[in-house]
Amino acid sequence: MARAAGQDPYQYRRRLIGRHPQAGKFLAVLDAAAKAAGWGEPAPAGRHRGIALEEVDNAFIAAVAEISVGDDGALRVHRFVCALDPGHVVNPLTTEMQIESGVAFGLTAALYGEIGIRDGRVMQSNFHDYRMLRLAEMPKVETVLVPSGGFWGGVGEPPSAIVAPAVCNAIFAATGQRIRSLPLKNHELRKI
Amino acid sequence: MFSTAIPSRRNMRWPESSQEERMIKLTINGQSHDVDVEPDTPLLWVIRDTIGLTGTKYGCGIVQCGACTVHIDGAAVRSCGLAVSDAAGKQITTIEGLGPNGNLHKVQQAWIDNDVPQCGYCQSGMIMAVAALLKDKPKPTDADIDKALTNICRCGTYQQVRAGIHAAVANA
Repeated sequence: MARAAGQDPYQYRRRLIGRHPQAGKFLAVLDAAAKAAGWGEPAPAGRHRGIALEEVDNAFIAAVAEISVGDDGALRVHRFVCALDPGHVVNPLTTEMQIESGVAFGLTAALYGEIGIRDGRVMQSNFHDYRMLRLAEMPKVETVLVPSGGFWGGVGEPPSAIVAPAVCNAIFAATGQRIRSLPLKNHELRKI
Repeated sequence: MFSTAIPSRRNMRWPESSQEERMIKLTINGQSHDVDVEPDTPLLWVIRDTIGLTGTKYGCGIVQCGACTVHIDGAAVRSCGLAVSDAAGKQITTIEGLGPNGNLHKVQQAWIDNDVPQCGYCQSGMIMAVAALLKDKPKPTDADIDKALTNICRCGTYQQVRAGIHAAVANA
């Protein structure tokens, strides 16, 4: 929609969310993520950014994914900036680690997560056919905490949920492809 | 660095023999053990169930995740895929014997200092893999770490693991 409107995806979200009753909280995380990610400045050579904004489990979260797509279609998520307002932050270290966890979990789901049923049975049985993210694939996660003091919100699940939209928006920026189904392993990424 | 092949079952049939001849001699953390188990039993189950050292964890059982990593003659090996008979006569080190003289190994200390673990289940295998890496490469690059650390952590502590490795190197 931002594309159709000829607008920057970040500014487009700013304008759209402006009339929401919780606009202040949405804008705080959106601005924090965009600022930390350097949105508006050019991405490093060969890298592309995607932005996403959500309310999950009463927490407000925005994220910017920085990715590259190789000539062979190989997707690499280099950096993932997350701004979270969970209401209150008791232990910032635990919260940051939960966000890193959520990104690893969400990226595993976005890239590989698929359960198939054949003849009434689940086809996957173990890590050889149900792949997990490994250390080499882990992006650098940068967290910005912007607690607003409102009612308590989630910490681990919001980042899990925002990985796929942020990464898919970055894929659109990189290749022009709109991804309409997950996991990403089933798609051939290429510039169109 | 890892033994990734799952040894084939040997279908060994026991000849009529005395109990003593069936014993397999293992050296774990410097201690000798004579164990009476089938020779194709995965080393993991002998370490955990027969010897009772439960720091080494069972994850996938198919040499994918690395929760069961131990050292055999100093190299990281996934013990779920190794027949106990193939470990006989070798120096086996588990997480319980990693630190010198009951003290913490520098990787364990770095893990505590940096709050690396979350649920912790994979971390004894992770620490064993890291300790073996640092023995081979005392100052690993991020690329070395990416290549060597293929252990799975479902909590996703990978960023903390990387930070912990660099901290262990800096404190060495």
